[in-house]
Formats: sequence, structure tokens, C-alpha cells
Amino acid sequence: MGAGIVSYGGYVPRYRIRTEEIARVWGDDADAIKGGLRVESKSVPDEDEDTATISVEAARRALEGASVDGDDIGAIYVGSESHPYAVKPTATIVGAAVGATPLMTAADMEFACKAGTAGVQAALGLVEAGRIDNGMAIGADVSQGAPGDALEYSAAAGGAAFVVGDEDVVAEVEDTVSYTSDTPDFWRREGERYPQHGERFTGKPAYFKHTEGASNELLERLDAEPDDYDHAVFHQPNGKFPARVAESLGFSEKQYATGLLAPEIGNTYSGASLLGLVATLDEAEVGERIFFASFGSGAGSDAFSLVVGDGIEERRTGLCETFEDVEHLDYARYAKHKGKIQEE
Amino acid sequence: MLRDVAIVGVGQTSFGEHWERSFRDLFVTAGVRALEDAGVGGDEIDAMYGGNMSAGQFINQEHVAALIADYAGLASERVPATRVEAADASGGLAFRQSVLDVASGASDVVVASGVEKMTDLGSEETNDALAGSADREWEVFGGGNVAALYALMARAHMDRYGTTRRELSEVAVKNHQNATENEYAQYRNEVSAEVVESTPYVAEPLRAFDCSPASDGAAAVVVVPAETATEYVDDPVYVEATEQASDSLTVHDRRDVTTLDATRKAAERAYDEAGVTPGDVDLAEVHDSYTVAEVLAVEDLGFAEKGEGGEFIAEGCGSVGGETPTNPSGGLKACGHPLGATGVRQVVDATRQLRGEAGTQVEDASVAVTQNVGGTGGTAVVNVLSDRRSA
Repeated sequence: MGAGIVSYGGYVPRYRIRTEEIARVWGDDADAIKGGLRVESKSVPDEDEDTATISVEAARRALEGASVDGDDIGAIYVGSESHPYAVKPTATIVGAAVGATPLMTAADMEFACKAGTAGVQAALGLVEAGRIDNGMAIGADVSQGAPGDALEYSAAAGGAAFVVGDEDVVAEVEDTVSYTSDTPDFWRREGERYPQHGERFTGKPAYFKHTEGASNELLERLDAEPDDYDHAVFHQPNGKFPARVAESLGFSEKQYATGLLAPEIGNTYSGASLLGLVATLDEAEVGERIFFASFGSGAGSDAFSLVVGDGIEERRTGLCETFEDVEHLDYARYAKHKGKIQEE
Repeated sequence: MLRDVAIVGVGQTSFGEHWERSFRDLFVTAGVRALEDAGVGGDEIDAMYGGNMSAGQFINQEHVAALIADYAGLASERVPATRVEAADASGGLAFRQSVLDVASGASDVVVASGVEKMTDLGSEETNDALAGSADREWEVFGGGNVAALYALMARAHMDRYGTTRRELSEVAVKNHQNATENEYAQYRNEVSAEVVESTPYVAEPLRAFDCSPASDGAAAVVVVPAETATEYVDDPVYVEATEQASDSLTVHDRRDVTTLDATRKAAERAYDEAGVTPGDVDLAEVHDSYTVAEVLAVEDLGFAEKGEGGEFIAEGCGSVGGETPTNPSGGLKACGHPLGATGVRQVVDATRQLRGEAGTQVEDASVAVTQNVGGTGGTAVVNVLSDRRSA
């Protein structure tokens, strides 16, 4: 088996806020919003959680019972658009927490919601080149949505970590393709607290064009059809876009249902597509094929074709079982958790 | 009119979200299509009128008539080009100015075009630009944007005449159905009344699917003296009347908030000039910027009694095959509404109907009306077109 995923772990904070509760505060029609976004609730970080703590938690879960430990990891990349520091890496915090320092390389990545998969590709490249034995890529966010903005209904918190290597691989990466262009659909300038977006421009010319561009190119290179896959996972800014892009590419609901978490947890930005992959690997059987495509505004998409191998049973993490123990917040506590209101 | 005028060429871009096409790209495409349709060369054009509501706000570009002439390759021919503005009646008015130019004898071949590039802005800025068609001091500063003002008209109509929420929905249902066969329409999907009624409120009782969308697009027509029309094409469409009327810009100063007197007056003059009655009209392209606006239009154009417009549409009288089909193209709701382009697009679609080459064709259509409204009704343009030379 070639290089691929050695182990993985995901983490989503246990707090949730329902669409109805946000709509109540802003006087919106909750049913119309749910019909439009297909998001019932979203995850909310605890008061002291940020991208660093979420990344560490996901990294620890990825290494729990794994065949590798911190010492075996030669590179850590953390992709996020909510790194706690503008200057000073999150990746070193993770490296120290999992015992990977000091003989390693580390860097933070930013490519909106696809920085995590950019990290997977970078780590995979080092492994395949023989520079390192194992690398870890993380996508995590405590994403920002301005109060009252449409984004507030989906901007959530969570992250996932993947250890990539060429020994003890449980999901081989058959191939990966990226499709990138300079498309300003969503951005946050230096010093700004909340991102801005181009509304409907984030759809067809951004999410759909790039996700379809990467996906079709990958299918063509592998001479594969959507029917050749058992599972399909896409970036999920809401519940609607991934279902629509899957169907336009020729995938069915049966293929994408397992990895579609957005209706329950919202959009975890850099964590979103990777958490969908975690949920899918938790269910996938040996020999099954997984189609996986991220999307990041700005804009680009990384598509991967994976084949599940032996040993997957031992690596399963039970991510979705953690969604059973949740606490729903009202808007006031949500605002406090998110730092939208602060003690003077 | 001093001399009769005919339409010998029509063209348009598809309407929609043209993220990768610029303002100038849109009008050049529409213009070239209209000239090709007429078999007219650039050196034959005597004058141009361009309808555009707000390029200044949408793309920070003014002086667009010269821009249109330039990118159409006509600046070097020194062709006079004039921008016409009357909010979203700009296109209808550009057409009217073109017809009057030919009718007066000043010009022989005139191109009327309309263009708007709306999707470069976000919704907040777009709404602000749209609000410019209402009275900024008396209405907009107090929250009365165009949707709110049409909502007010809808509420008054429902209260006074018993018009129902479902009847408003039927306008959108009909227009989406008509657009399924229109290759230039922004929305070619059917919608049900239930879907219309599940979309979010924009201004109660109007919901998202009661509103025409923000669109990019352009349309153009070529007009010439009727006496020479058959030298260009075999099937010219004749302009029997082009009329315009004004009303107070503010809704609250109107005689009646459930009537667009500008439409009524322009229609009255147009029918008189054309020598037709509402009963002679085979189809109409009307200004359904909001569903309630089509209810008002069918009443104010005389197809239905005042107060019965909702029922008229819900019972199928405005459907293709009905008494007076309205918006067989799909209207503003489904074709899209690139503000300045709409009035010209209506003439393009009416011409296709009279030539018998429309997507959703009205059988044996020989008299068509177009009604283009600026904002909430401060301006209305009504044209009567026919497929034969007026007697």
C-alpha cells in the first residue's frame, strides 16, 4: 500500500446553539433559514477554547492507540482562519502538546476552509519524498460570523487531525488534485474581527466551480466514475451546498450522508471537510473507496481518492457518538462563549 | 406620430448572474445580436439611446452612452449616443426616445438598448441603489424602500379588494412556468405556490419569491421608418403607439395607492393612438418587479376590473391560452430584472411573439403591449406593437 492516512481524530466542542435561538434574537424566520441552509444547530466553543486547544484535542485523539506517537512525527501543519496569534504558530503548541518537538518542522497554514487539506498534501509530499516518516495535518477553527450576518447561523467550532505516513496505512491516497484561482468570494483583512463575503458570489463561481473543477479532474485522471465510490465527502459550509455539488457530480445521498455533519454541527471551516472524512472513516469498511474534496474561499479545492485498508477497525474514533452528549445554549451564553460580550 | 416606425432587429444577452462578464461586454453582445438580426451595419446607424438606471452606483461608471458608442465601434463614426434614465423604466424610455427620433424624421436607423450590471455589489448596496427610484427624503430615509412600498400597495389591495396571498403566489408560479421555454431567462425552473410561500419575508406580505431578482443583462432593438422596414426584414413589427406618463414619486401623494395612474394614463393614450381596446390585445409584457405589480398592471392596463387582478391571474386569464396572456416570457420575476435593460427586453420578447418565434408562444399573436414602470410608478411607459402596418 502507498502513502496515506495512518490515524486520525476529530473534536467538536459539546455546546450547541439551535437555528431557532439565533433567529429569535434577530427576528428571522427560522423555518425559512433552515430550509435555505439546512442547518439545524451549530457547535459553539467553550469560553476557553480556541483553535490551539481544539487542534491539540484532535491531535491527541488521532494519536490515541495509534501505531505512531509524537516522536515519530516529522512535520505538523495546522490550517485555520482563526489562529489565536497573528504571529506565532499554533503548530508549535500542538507539537509540544503531543511530544513531537524539537526534531520536526512546523507551520501554520491559511487557505480559508481548505488550509487543513493543503496541510495533508504538504505532509503527504514529504512522506512520499522520503523526507519524513510521518506528518500530521490539522484543520481547526473557532470560526467568526458577525452578529446578525447570515454566517452566524453556520459559523461553528471544531477540528480534525490526520497522521499521514507510508507504514501502517489504513486509507491509501490513490491520488490528489487541486484546482485553484484568485477568486475573492470571502475574506477577512488584517485586524478585522469578522470576515466579509460576496453573498451569492460564494456559490456558483466559488464553491461549485472549484469543487467541481478539482473533482472532475481527479475522476478523469483515475478514469473513475462516481459509482466507483462507496462514500463521498465534501466541504460543508451548510447542509445544502455539499448535497447539491455531490448530486451535480453524480454522487447519491447514500454516498454522502455519512460524512454530512453540517446540519448538526454547522460549518467548522477548516475542520469541516476533514471532520466529514473522520465520520466516514469511522464507518467505512476495508476495501471501500472514498471520494473527498475540500473547498477554501479565495479560492481552491483539493480532491482526494482514498482506498480503505486493513487495520481501519482499530483506528475508528466514534466521533459521532460524542455528538450525543451536548448542551444547548441560549443566545446570551453563546454570546459570552464567543466573546461577543465581555466582562468589563 | 409624424411617420410610422417599425422594429427590424432584436437581440439580448441571457439574463442572470454573469460573474465573468462586464457591463461593456453585455451591451456589445446584445447590440451585435440586434444588428445581425436586422442585417444593419454600424455605418448605417444614425443615433443610439441607452437605458441604464445606475451604472454610477453599480460599477462606478457614468457617461455610459459614450462608452456604449465606443465599445460598439461607433464612436469613430461620430454616432450620437444618449443615456436615458427613469429608474427601471429607463429601457422602455430609451425605446420610446428611439421611436420618436425616427418618427420625427431626424434619424432613419436608431438603436435602442438597455443594460445593467448589478451583481458586482452586495445586497445592502444593491438595495440602496434600488431605493434611489423612490423618494430618498420622504420615503427611503423613513425605511420605505421599493419592496416596502410595494408591500404597502399589496396590503391595501388585499384589504380593499380581498386579494389573497395565494393569488400573489400564482403570479410567480405562472411566470416561472412561462420561462421554462425561454432560453434567455434567469430562472427556467417551475415553482409551486407552496414554495413561494415558504421563502423568507422581504417586506410582509411580500416574500423572496414575490420579488424579481438582481440580474446582469442587456437588450437591444433596431428601429427604422415603417415605409422602409421590409427592405431590412420580411417580418417587421410595427410600433402602433409609444406613450409615457408621470405620477408623484412618493406613493403617499398618489390619488390611490392601489392604482398606478401613470400606467393608466399611458395606456389610455397608447390605446387611443393605436386605435385598439384592451380586448384587442393578444399578449402583454408587464412590469412584475413584485408579484403585486402584475396584479396592478392587469387592472391598470384594462385587462381586468380594478380589484380583480389577483383573481384574473389565479383563474388563468393571464396564462398562455387564457384571455390576455401576461408575461409569456416569464416576466421580470423569472427572466430576471437588469433594471435598465428590462424595458427593451420586453420589446424584444413582444417582437418575438409577433414574429411567432417565442419560446412560450401565444397562438396567432398580432397585437402586443409592453408596460415598463420606474420604481413604484413615478414613470410608466406603455407601447402597443403589431405585426401589420397600421391603417
